Amino acid sequence: MNNTNAYWQANIRLIVKLLLIWFVVPFLGGIVFVDLLNEVRFGGYKLGFWIAQQGSIYLFVVLIFIYARQMNKLDDQFSDEELEELHTDANGRD
Amino acid sequence: MELRELTYVVVGLTFLVYVSIAIWARAGSTKEFYVAGGSVNPIANGMATAADWMSAASFISMAGLIGFAYDGYGGSVFLLGWTGGYVLLATCIAPYLRKYGKYTVPEFIGERYYSKAARLVAVACLIIASLTYVIGQMKGIGVAFSRFLETGYEQGLIIGMVIVFFYAVLGGMKGITYTQIAQYMILIFAYTIPAIFISIQLTGNPVPQLGLGSTLLSDGTYLLDKLDLVLTDIGFKEYTTTARLSSLNMFFYTMSLMIGTAGLPHVIIRFFTVPSVKDARISAGWALVFIAILYTTAPALAAMARLNLTETIEPIPGEYLAYGDRPQWFKNWEITGLLEHEDKNEDGLIQYNADPETNEMVTIDNDILVLANPEIAGLPNWVIALVAAGGLAAALSTAAGLLLAMSSAISHDLLKGVLKPDISERGELTASRVFMGLTVVVAGYLGLSPPDFVAGTVALAFGLAAASLFPAIVLGIFYKPMNTAGAVSGMLAGIGVTLYYVFQHSGIMFVKETAFLGSMSPNWFFGIEPNAFGAVGAIVNFVVALVVCRFTSKPPAEVLALVDRIRSPG
Repeated sequence: MNNTNAYWQANIRLIVKLLLIWFVVPFLGGIVFVDLLNEVRFGGYKLGFWIAQQGSIYLFVVLIFIYARQMNKLDDQFSDEELEELHTDANGRD
Repeated sequence: MELRELTYVVVGLTFLVYVSIAIWARAGSTKEFYVAGGSVNPIANGMATAADWMSAASFISMAGLIGFAYDGYGGSVFLLGWTGGYVLLATCIAPYLRKYGKYTVPEFIGERYYSKAARLVAVACLIIASLTYVIGQMKGIGVAFSRFLETGYEQGLIIGMVIVFFYAVLGGMKGITYTQIAQYMILIFAYTIPAIFISIQLTGNPVPQLGLGSTLLSDGTYLLDKLDLVLTDIGFKEYTTTARLSSLNMFFYTMSLMIGTAGLPHVIIRFFTVPSVKDARISAGWALVFIAILYTTAPALAAMARLNLTETIEPIPGEYLAYGDRPQWFKNWEITGLLEHEDKNEDGLIQYNADPETNEMVTIDNDILVLANPEIAGLPNWVIALVAAGGLAAALSTAAGLLLAMSSAISHDLLKGVLKPDISERGELTASRVFMGLTVVVAGYLGLSPPDFVAGTVALAFGLAAASLFPAIVLGIFYKPMNTAGAVSGMLAGIGVTLYYVFQHSGIMFVKETAFLGSMSPNWFFGIEPNAFGAVGAIVNFVVALVVCRFTSKPPAEVLALVDRIRSPG
């Protein structure tokens, strides 16, 4: 139970971090402060325009893959620990 | 070969592929019919999800919406909203519902909120959202047929229906999955090829995403700077900076589309088809990769085609194209009514500008941008034929996904879940086939005689998904104390407030005469338009659910155990 709890807390922490980036870049960078960022050039793009029509989409892809990688690692870690616990339990009973 | 024959051949070949897949991928059990046996490779599912997701609107209309109706930058709401929703889906919904491991979204809501009423509310939301959405696809099929194959709209629609009927009824989710993979390949090829060519012609860069930020071959200025200049010269607003109504409206519009995307059942159930929770997470990433290929190309296509079109009509500032000298593609699309010129000052020239008094391009349909692009870029006929097949693939794949979501909600949630729980698996499989057939017929009928409310499809489908299903699912996973009373009152409040705002603008069920806005100004709520209101509905849902939940009894132990189970490591 404690294990599951730790796993869930880790999941929540990761989600909060990723969703913060998910929110800040497109909504602040691409919409709220877009005029400010448009003062900066990014090649032939205005930076704010690029964030709104290109950059954010690439970012979304990266965020999902980070989440999948981290969580899949965490899954392995916790299911290993569960197995170990079962193992020690069995040994203890011997 | 003539263009028309070539188009028949290309479209015919793609249909042959779909039918062959249908025969190969027949469903033998309810598990195969609802979730393709739960054995689809995550990358393959990503591709199928991309086709499921990208509709006739994404393929045919979106670039034009960005380039014309939403003034360029304002169109970012679609690009951000329809991709960013996948981050929500991947982190807050898909893995847990895969872990739950059953067949439909209403089934989860019914069990999590231990209530048949909750399940029925979910079924109703699902059917209204999916049905309005599917009518749009049916229209897309009819339009694509009538424009490219010169059949009537009705014949085209019926041919499309027969094809969908065949593989959806026979194969269920299994058949749909493998056809969607084929459809993705066709549609992405058909979308990117013309974009690559137009990018090379204008900038020399074969990657449209980079071409959009490059200099023009013609005069060395940056493409977007040139576009801003050309458009402001003839009185239009600046392409790269003009917001849709206001920043606040764009904020809510984007958020509504994101939340709606994550709450649409036909997308969520695609993640029930992969073997494990881990696969569901990875698969969401792949889905967005495949979607992003089209969604990052679309803004490039929008800007380039807008520049091309404008410069064709007015090659040098102040020097207009003579109507008699207009290119062949211009004539072709005039016949369809998508382009229309009216010589207001009778000088035989085409004046195109932002002033409705003197502008002579009285119709430039949004769809023209994607449909006519290969001709404007002077590409060979096979590319044009491919665009027809791509548009049809986009419409058919989305239609099939929606039809499955609806028919499984009826056969699994309504029939087996509520009316006749003791039905055998064989009986349920037969019933799901029958309901699938009926759903195809109903959708086709509504496509043939679209009721008035089709115009509001986007607002209604995304608004409902955002305001009802998304909060109920997320609270069910992340907020353990959430109970029946909270969830149901939240859903009803969310739907209620969204429908109220949409209907008072556009009429009850979009019958114009029944709009009851009265003395209030349009978009009276902080200047937010109805399409952008789903996020407000979602907030109302969350608030009402949390408040009601505080004053009502806790969920029973077995429900708490269910939540623990879906939260435990995959």
